[in-house]
Amino acid sequence: MGTEVSHVTNTNELRRTIIEPVTRIEGHGKVSLLLDSSNRVQQARFHVVEFRGFERFVKGRPYWEIPVLVQRLCGICPVSHHLAAAKAMDVVVGVDDLTPTAERMRRLMHYGQFFQSHALHFFHLVSPDLLFGFDAEPGVRNVIGVAQQHPDLAVQGVMMRKWGQEIIKATAGKKIHGTGAVPGGINKNLTIEERDALVKDADRMLEWAVSALELCKKYTREHLAELASFGSFPSSHLSIVRADGAMDFYHGSLRAIDAEGNVIFDKVEPRDYLDVIREEVRPWSYMKFPYIKDLGPEKGWYRVGPLARLNTCDFIDTPIAEKEREELKELGGGRPVNVTMAYHWARLIELVHAAEKLGSLLRDPLLQGDDLVTKGERRSEGVGIIEAPRGTLFHHYRVNANDQVEMANLIVSTTNNNEPMNRAVGAVAAEHFDGREVTEGLLNRIEVAIRAYDPCLSCATHAVGQMPLSVTAYDATGAVVARGVKGSA
Amino acid sequence: MTSVVLIGVGNPARGDDGLGPALAERVEDLCLPGVTVESDYQLEPEHAVPMGSHDVVIIADAAVSGPAPFGISLIEARPDTSFSTHGLDPGALLALAQLIHKRPIEAYLLTVRGIELEPFSEKLSDEARRNLDEALAFLVPFLCAEPRRVGVLRRAARPARAACLVSSEDGR
Repeated sequence: MGTEVSHVTNTNELRRTIIEPVTRIEGHGKVSLLLDSSNRVQQARFHVVEFRGFERFVKGRPYWEIPVLVQRLCGICPVSHHLAAAKAMDVVVGVDDLTPTAERMRRLMHYGQFFQSHALHFFHLVSPDLLFGFDAEPGVRNVIGVAQQHPDLAVQGVMMRKWGQEIIKATAGKKIHGTGAVPGGINKNLTIEERDALVKDADRMLEWAVSALELCKKYTREHLAELASFGSFPSSHLSIVRADGAMDFYHGSLRAIDAEGNVIFDKVEPRDYLDVIREEVRPWSYMKFPYIKDLGPEKGWYRVGPLARLNTCDFIDTPIAEKEREELKELGGGRPVNVTMAYHWARLIELVHAAEKLGSLLRDPLLQGDDLVTKGERRSEGVGIIEAPRGTLFHHYRVNANDQVEMANLIVSTTNNNEPMNRAVGAVAAEHFDGREVTEGLLNRIEVAIRAYDPCLSCATHAVGQMPLSVTAYDATGAVVARGVKGSA
Repeated sequence: MTSVVLIGVGNPARGDDGLGPALAERVEDLCLPGVTVESDYQLEPEHAVPMGSHDVVIIADAAVSGPAPFGISLIEARPDTSFSTHGLDPGALLALAQLIHKRPIEAYLLTVRGIELEPFSEKLSDEARRNLDEALAFLVPFLCAEPRRVGVLRRAARPARAACLVSSEDGR
């Protein structure tokens, strides 16, 4: 159903139901459901109210400011933007290979971010659904409920998040607007004191990550009959992979596969991304819709993020995560896993992988090296692509002879998942909406489907009084049929 | 001495939304003993950790409504379902902190009235800047006093669900 509901041309006899904004998803979003005269869902749209104009904002700025400036894009994943911009500016300053210390410091920062982001998403958002069920009382089905009934789990979640944040602070200089990565390298190494403070908890963090994965796996297996079809659909998948096919969050070339696992393209270097990716603008959404150029906008959409990465890579180069990857892949029966709710499972495999990587990185003496920055011959253009926690992130800049940015193009992770999220909402609404009432159960199921992608919809304006939830239903004439408000900050 | 953790929250790249971090930065510059200062884009679960290791918690944030130039209220712990993916509201964070640390925690919300929350603006508006100065004029004497008299905060604050926020005149 999900593949049909997003594309309706004749809307004369349809009725629109709007749910806004979706709670517990960063930024402001709303969902509108277009119903036919029989109250069946004909169209689902996940509207994103994210601010635009960043590309204009950076125009005219000196290129070396960009890795710091872009962190203003997002309060949730500033490290991703910081590193993607730094990678693009590495190219601009003519640096193709960082010093070993610089690369390891950046990787430490990046995997630290993955660890804290994935841990937070699981413990804060997903574990309430898993522990209490989709239909549990909303007053219980949240992180406070988890803390009340599973205090050990809550403590682990908080401490894992904090550990990851401490790694970011040690590598980026500070938690907000870090300056660690600079064009051509990094501006600090990891001191012995910083290393010792972090490495003492590394084994415990891995142990907790494995426990979280076991919890998620157990739940998924026990509820597979329901979860397998929940918001699911076949799709293509895209990510960067290392030259040898290994999963790599920091560096690699683009690979896309279709729903059957056939390679659509492979080994596409970041600088050539426009040869394979295009973006479509749709009038009803602020977010653009990227697609694989050769397949066109109708068939070329794809998924990114943890599940996509697990599907596209050939292997994971850490032992526990690789074993878990093989187990997850069994779910697909030899083909890519297209179960939307398996995103959580995949995300936790990545959490384990990040913990394994961090454990070995922190013990690498090259982190204490002094050779931090490399220089090369100045270029006028640079593309940086990394895997952010939510998926593939593209930063592309052109810089003029006066060192000013004259063009910027960003494709952010959540934008890549735009079409899949619409389809997930459509599939869930078609199955669970009775055409009359936006129930708590429906609302939460829509949230659960979107939440699988861990979208980051906007940047962090959150001043007191800015985050209400309202539900509005309209009839065919556009009149409000029902409206409710759920909480406010 | 009564220990204090001050957590300034907001996005400095969205105009007056940066009031919380701006206030935190001004206090941090004073290097006051027994005062821990943190800044972040929004309240996160890990902020529950320092909340449990200090006697008093003060969360500083911009507010688009409520009293000007600033207000202070006692935060009530409460389960909350309205928080977004990665941000907690003060009451939910306090509830989480108390559950984790297994003790009551005295926490206040200091709101500074903001006017312009424009994206990509890294400057506070003139009015927000004046409001920030007023808030600091209230807060800094409390932080500098030896001993710190928490009664100053208690008298100034009202429970969030009741009168919510009080004006600076009431706060003094």
